[in-house]
Amino acid sequence: MPKRFSSLALAATPLRLLLIFSAFGVCQCSFAQNTPLLSGGLGFFTSTNDGATTYLPIAEPLVAAPIGNHFLIESRATLLEVFTPKGGGQEGYNHSHFVALTYLQGDYTLSPHITVVGGSFLTPFATFNERLSPLWINNFQDGPLIAGLGVMQTGTGLGGQLRGSAVSRRKFSIDYAAYFSARSGNEQFNSARSSGGRVDLYLPEQRLEVGTSYGRLLQGTHENFFGIHVWWEPKDTGFRLRSEWARGAYGQGYWVEADYRPMQFGGYNSWIGRFEPLFRMQQTFKTSHAGNDPLPGINTQRADFGLDYNLPHNTRILTSYSRQFSSAKDVNIWETGLTYRFLFPAWKGR
Amino acid sequence: MNRQHLLLYTSALALLGVCFASAQTPIQSTSPQKNQQTAKQQSTSAQKQNHVQSEGERVFAQNCARCHTPPDGFSPRISGTIALHMRVRASLSEHDMQELMRFFNP
Repeated sequence: MPKRFSSLALAATPLRLLLIFSAFGVCQCSFAQNTPLLSGGLGFFTSTNDGATTYLPIAEPLVAAPIGNHFLIESRATLLEVFTPKGGGQEGYNHSHFVALTYLQGDYTLSPHITVVGGSFLTPFATFNERLSPLWINNFQDGPLIAGLGVMQTGTGLGGQLRGSAVSRRKFSIDYAAYFSARSGNEQFNSARSSGGRVDLYLPEQRLEVGTSYGRLLQGTHENFFGIHVWWEPKDTGFRLRSEWARGAYGQGYWVEADYRPMQFGGYNSWIGRFEPLFRMQQTFKTSHAGNDPLPGINTQRADFGLDYNLPHNTRILTSYSRQFSSAKDVNIWETGLTYRFLFPAWKGR
Repeated sequence: MNRQHLLLYTSALALLGVCFASAQTPIQSTSPQKNQQTAKQQSTSAQKQNHVQSEGERVFAQNCARCHTPPDGFSPRISGTIALHMRVRASLSEHDMQELMRFFNP
């Protein structure tokens, strides 16, 4: 998300595309269970960083429309308004808006083990970009400090991707993703020429996932990116551990996040079971200042303490306190937010 | 703190308060066996009250619920679309997608 703040994009184009996309979905024949859907999240976030508070109302709608049994078109957009204090002794706020498509891709199931993806897609590097970036999924309001490593500047690729389940057994499964992206300067489909992929091994009995990612930037100074992720979710405990490490040409970093749902006290839907304490530790290290990357310019450590509350009706309250340490300055970051996840058919059915 | 700042913050706090209050009301779709609820029951309890452990439930718990909490419920008309979307996003096998479909529409 942060990378998109940098370019305040046009509002009209993505909305037009979404409307055309929805209209296309209405026209196509849908099967009984294959009605196009509208999903996504709405959120309102506040963040106080070193005493300056910003407000962020945001919407991330997603459209998914199947065509037959093997083809799916899906797209996610981001619409937000950000209010930031003027600073410099001035009172009041500046505000700016941002509207853009996050991705727009077509998925074709070629065989039981291969799905071909074409269009603008989320770069498959590590786990955060593809899995945790939707605002209604992420436990913290912020992404990790290393979220920008390996996703080739924009987080999206424009080209093709092969992905799927290589092996799926009761005791283990292996899945993969491999992509090639062309360079694009289009405002809505901005991407870098790059290629890469990811392989995951999942052990269902242990609820353990281990994966590795690789990416190579193929424009300008060619750079390699490596990543490893480990997720562990012991069965029926309410505990979850997620972690990633990534390395680029000019730096590296990691994050480890633990969260817990106290399900022992009446289950997930009891008033206690809806609490979700969180902790995330992250560190970044610069190995060279010769080039630019999305990491902080100096070595940084950050500890995030969060407490979320999972309300009924797909609503969550997110709160967190973070202490960030670096040689430039140590800062406190307080964040609160409310998110709502929606999911319904694109139109009324019979 | 100027007026705009105060107004925004008050609105946000009021909204949080309303949501917190609504959390104290029981969910209509909660099944009688709520102490044994699993991710599957949370997502489909509105459709089926008496589920048995199924392959589809396993697929759901191990793949979908690995990243996010299950939705409170959804229309069966989009169950196929969700399964297709999850097939791509979670790299499900053909078999797992079919089981997921059966789980959504027993």
